[in-house]
Amino acid sequence: MRLFWSITLATLTKDIRLEWRSKDALNAMLFFSLLVVVIFVFSFDPLAEESRHIVGGLVWIAFLFAAMVALNQTWARELRNQVLDGYRVSPAPATALFVAKVLGNFLLVSLLEALMAPLFVIFYNLRVLGPAWQLIPVALLGTWALVVNGTFFAAMSLRTRSRELMLPLLLFPVSIPAVIGMVAATTSILTGDDPAHFYIVLLLTYDVVFTTACLALFETVLQAE
Amino acid sequence: MKKAFPILVVLTTILLGYAFYQALWVAPTDSLQGDVYRIIYYHVPSAWTAFLLFFINFIASVQYLANAKPSTKRAARWVVIVIGVIGAVAPFIPQVKQQLPTGMYPSSVATTVLIIAGLYFVIGKYFPGQSLDLLAVTSAEVGVVFCTIVLITGPIWARPVWGIWWAPGDIRLTSTLVLWLIYVSYLVLRRFSDSAQTQKLAAVLAVFGALDVPLVYFSIWFFRTQHPQPVIGGGGSMDPRMLHVLLISWMAFLCFAFLVCWSRYGLEKLRREVEEAEALESLLEPGGPTTQTSQSKVPLSRSPQ
Repeated sequence: MRLFWSITLATLTKDIRLEWRSKDALNAMLFFSLLVVVIFVFSFDPLAEESRHIVGGLVWIAFLFAAMVALNQTWARELRNQVLDGYRVSPAPATALFVAKVLGNFLLVSLLEALMAPLFVIFYNLRVLGPAWQLIPVALLGTWALVVNGTFFAAMSLRTRSRELMLPLLLFPVSIPAVIGMVAATTSILTGDDPAHFYIVLLLTYDVVFTTACLALFETVLQAE
Repeated sequence: MKKAFPILVVLTTILLGYAFYQALWVAPTDSLQGDVYRIIYYHVPSAWTAFLLFFINFIASVQYLANAKPSTKRAARWVVIVIGVIGAVAPFIPQVKQQLPTGMYPSSVATTVLIIAGLYFVIGKYFPGQSLDLLAVTSAEVGVVFCTIVLITGPIWARPVWGIWWAPGDIRLTSTLVLWLIYVSYLVLRRFSDSAQTQKLAAVLAVFGALDVPLVYFSIWFFRTQHPQPVIGGGGSMDPRMLHVLLISWMAFLCFAFLVCWSRYGLEKLRREVEEAEALESLLEPGGPTTQTSQSKVPLSRSPQ
């Protein structure tokens, strides 16, 4: 178990260091989601009351598409110099690599959300009517849901033609229940109409089910070549 | 086997014609909806057939993954046996019995679970090794076609009866649509994947899709459903004459689906044999083996172009 975490930590720090030095993915994601926010403001021009109802969907659409940038480069980076092949033949557990990649993406997308959230508040004149602290578990669980399956499917689409196009095609259908959960939870917190507990439980269930499935099947996907 | 195919074609044609005649002329007209309800004889059988095919795809995929190692193969068998035993006994326990929706009998639930568990072993026996994957492709492709029929006939019926084409957030509509989306992405993966391991990746995706469906169902739990209650096991009631026609129609659809699956299965098998033969030929070519084989991967798993 100690070995598992030391491998995970080593891969994670390597990825963070790479990202810190280049900042490629983060900059692209930030600018992309900023564009989504601005374009939606221009196309809808909503009142404060209306924006409360639509912003839940908007936020998550922006993050979902922006996360594709981070997810697509997760494994593509390892293809250079046959790093992934080296990993495949090494005795290190495949799941350690997977966990490291998921944590790396999770940190990256969470950082993006933390930076983008104030912008949404400014552009849409948001004022939360429900219990605002619940937005934090929703954001954490929602991001995990996107990232865990996204990392898994990114590894799967590695072996396909037009890889970057493939990832959303695989990820979005499976993510639909998570997206429903995130959007409904965010909307109900923003409007304060209904309690969001049901959707938080849904997201938690989704996360548990798919994290287990990913961990169980990742070795198969990594070795499939 | 080859002689049976034309016989089945004739039988299916007769059955489809008979079902069509029954649906349009024999079945009584619905007192509330009028004749428009008759689309049910195409909508419901297609839905049942599609779900059955997706289920076969799921079983074949799980078995394909489990067969990779002898240890997981054995474990999967025991899991299926345990599920079968629990499913056959549990519905008769009073506490569980109360949880069942009205119109669903414990015996029918137990039989269904036993049939499901049995299907796992039947498929495992008759489709060993790579033919499991052949079965998975075939059932997914034909299932998507039937699911498309469901999604087209549904709105055609809904427009005159509900006044709207589509009810967003409806539990049955949404879960069928998501199922369709998942299986389309499954077929896309198969088409785009180059490696010889597509079978494995596709099987993994099928398992993810199967895990997703209950969650979709759960996620829209709160929404009311406009969809009529299921005819069987859902508390919906139906004129016995209508039910009779519906079952005949389903039989015809099942025969039709079986026929299409059969020919698609044969075609896919043939295509793989041709590819293998070509790969072998390129190996045996004089002067070719080293340069040829390292350059061209054997695209064992690509769908026909």
